[in-house]
Amino acid sequence: MLPDRDRIFTNLYGFHSPWLEGARKRGAWDGTKQILERGVDAIIAEVKKSALRGRGGAGFPTGLKWSFMPKEVKERPHYLVVNADESEPGTCKDRDIMRHDPHLLIEGCLIAAFAMRAHACYIYIRGEFIREREALQRAVDEAYEARLIGKDNINGWPFDCYVVHGAGAYICGEETALLESLEGKKGQPRLKPPFPANAGVYGCPTTVNNVETIAMVPDIMRRGADWFASIGQPNNTGTKVFCISGHVNKPCNVEEAMSIPLRELIDTHAGGVRGGWDNLLGVIPGGSSMPVLSKEIADNILMDFDSLVKAKSGLGTAAVIVMDKSTDIIKAFQRLAYFYKHESCGQCTPCREGCGWMWRVITRLGRGDATMADIDLLQEVTKQIEGHTICAFGEGASWPVQGFLRHFRPEIEKRIRDYGARHSAPMQPLAAE
Amino acid sequence: MSFRRLAPADEQPARFAFSEGNRKLVDRWIAKYPPGRQRSAVIAALWIGQEQEGWVTQRMIEEVARILDMPVMRVLEVATFYTMFNLVPVGEHLVQVCTTTPCWLRGSDEVVAACRKHIEPRPNVVSADGKFSWTEVECLGACVNAPMMQIGKDYYEDLDGAATERILEALRRGETPNPGPQDGRHSSEPAGGALTLTDPKLYEGGYSHPANSGVSDDDAKRPTAAGSERAAPVQKPPGAAS
Ligand SMILES: Cc1cc2nc3c(=O)[nH]c(=O)nc-3n(C[C@H](O)[C@H](O)[C@H](O)COP(=O)(O)O)c2cc1C
Ligand code: SF4
Ligand code: FES
Repeated sequence: MLPDRDRIFTNLYGFHSPWLEGARKRGAWDGTKQILERGVDAIIAEVKKSALRGRGGAGFPTGLKWSFMPKEVKERPHYLVVNADESEPGTCKDRDIMRHDPHLLIEGCLIAAFAMRAHACYIYIRGEFIREREALQRAVDEAYEARLIGKDNINGWPFDCYVVHGAGAYICGEETALLESLEGKKGQPRLKPPFPANAGVYGCPTTVNNVETIAMVPDIMRRGADWFASIGQPNNTGTKVFCISGHVNKPCNVEEAMSIPLRELIDTHAGGVRGGWDNLLGVIPGGSSMPVLSKEIADNILMDFDSLVKAKSGLGTAAVIVMDKSTDIIKAFQRLAYFYKHESCGQCTPCREGCGWMWRVITRLGRGDATMADIDLLQEVTKQIEGHTICAFGEGASWPVQGFLRHFRPEIEKRIRDYGARHSAPMQPLAAE
Repeated sequence: MSFRRLAPADEQPARFAFSEGNRKLVDRWIAKYPPGRQRSAVIAALWIGQEQEGWVTQRMIEEVARILDMPVMRVLEVATFYTMFNLVPVGEHLVQVCTTTPCWLRGSDEVVAACRKHIEPRPNVVSADGKFSWTEVECLGACVNAPMMQIGKDYYEDLDGAATERILEALRRGETPNPGPQDGRHSSEPAGGALTLTDPKLYEGGYSHPANSGVSDDDAKRPTAAGSERAAPVQKPPGAAS
């Protein structure tokens, strides 16, 4: 188990005060001025050396992303935007950071904004997180009051931090949809390029980072890139907050070392799979957009970006959704398909029509009221969505279906055969539905 | 995609105006954005309007468009795109049950059944006493405390059918049941108590200060340099508070 001394989110569960005084006792806002005095290049170099990768889902190297911002501020100001939209099913880590350790996030915002020459930051928090927004705003007010941030603050970099919110739309977690929403529009993703580092919010250079990514930066700067990089494995460094939900004895959030074996994670922290490890049916390792793992893979897999990609899945948001053998696996994926149908923003035809189609077909597969050919057709449709859309929602909606077909096809076939045995009329193909 | 329309004309109130306090609040939101970018405040303005009226009306949309100097159509687009805007009247308590897969795996069906029994058999219909309506929503970001529901601003977590019934009946009697986990947990730690974050030194200066990584306990308890460097408070810039 990762020793407590290596944990960054020391108030993850909220047993201690989230407010300034308590946060300071845990080490927040310690030597922030000295960190800024090291200069932009040194900070970016340190973050690059730590090999921190974005915690929002895609795992893009953070230091590299920051270095894409223009070197000089021209007529358009730079912005930092923090993605606190947290809506990926299974994921509930940013919530704990914002309500229990908000000062780490605000301090991280100051350091990150400085490193990208931005004087303003917007934290975009999902609309449903009303209590979390109140907590975060209170912490921001405290930081202003103590002159840790603001136009004329003791850390020496003029900086304003604004907490803003959405109103219920998963797609606003996609960074360009988030920017549209921030500008007061429908949250529909933009075509890239231009990338936000060139033209982000209000057409100004912008970097979007996840809450957890930003909140890790102060400790990386204080304790050094070497400390961070010594945890986990090369290219998959540091600690990570895992959210373990579903059929475990004790669902929980926990900060652990990157590359921890999945089984150890579940057994040590979540009290094991309900009914024992052998009762495991499948695990979604990184939020609903990542393909499910069969038990055989789950037995030995390491929880990091590279290992999970090799297993044809992904770390995503590190939201581990566990399903035991009592699960109606078709129903589980039918409900996820409904989620994607409901949340598609509707601007690309393959996504808008495809998500509805997949949901209808999986619903029929659940009844068994389909033909074997429909399974192949479903696979084919996922391939027609993937790679043919404006944003990665298309992949997020089709990958889980592909993983489901890869590992649970026999279950679907059995359902169809059982249905056929009960009904004598020949099944009609569904293609044109 | 979901299709959402405004309530029919005959259900729309004839007028809308922000209360004086709420109008000021909208201005505070506008001040969060650069000059000329006031339309960024559209979600906040509609939300403030909804908190005042319970739902988003045609006249409210027009008023928000006027205040933010944007076409009514653009505000209408926002109101229909974001699912938290209620386009028809809802009960005094709006019960939003999460039924996405992680919640479903842990028994959100029971929560839905309790709502059907104690509120109304159909979703999105105001109960006979006007006190409640319920609806199914997508993942609310509290999945390790599944199943859960949101009522008003609060999350009620670690539910089962009985806990849901208890909460609904308490609300009906005018009480305010405690939000959060209903199974005795504090928050997202494993049931039965946290297994991590138990080292007392974390709360006495932490390990992240270079000087702390090998210091005596006495040293660790001393406030850090930045901790004692309290400067006088200053006036907050406009828009700093919501
Ligand atoms: C459909 C979709 C939803 C997303 N939702 C979120 C989200 O809720 N939170 C988040 O931080 N990133 C989300 N992302 C990823 C963001 O687009 C972006 O990559 C991320 O915020 C970058 O931060 P990072 O580099 O710190 O990870 C989503 C991406 C897609 C395609
Ligand atoms: S892929 Fe889907 S969610 Fe993304 S832009 Fe296209 S329609 Fe919208
Ligand atoms: S699935 Fe219900 S809160 Fe995430």
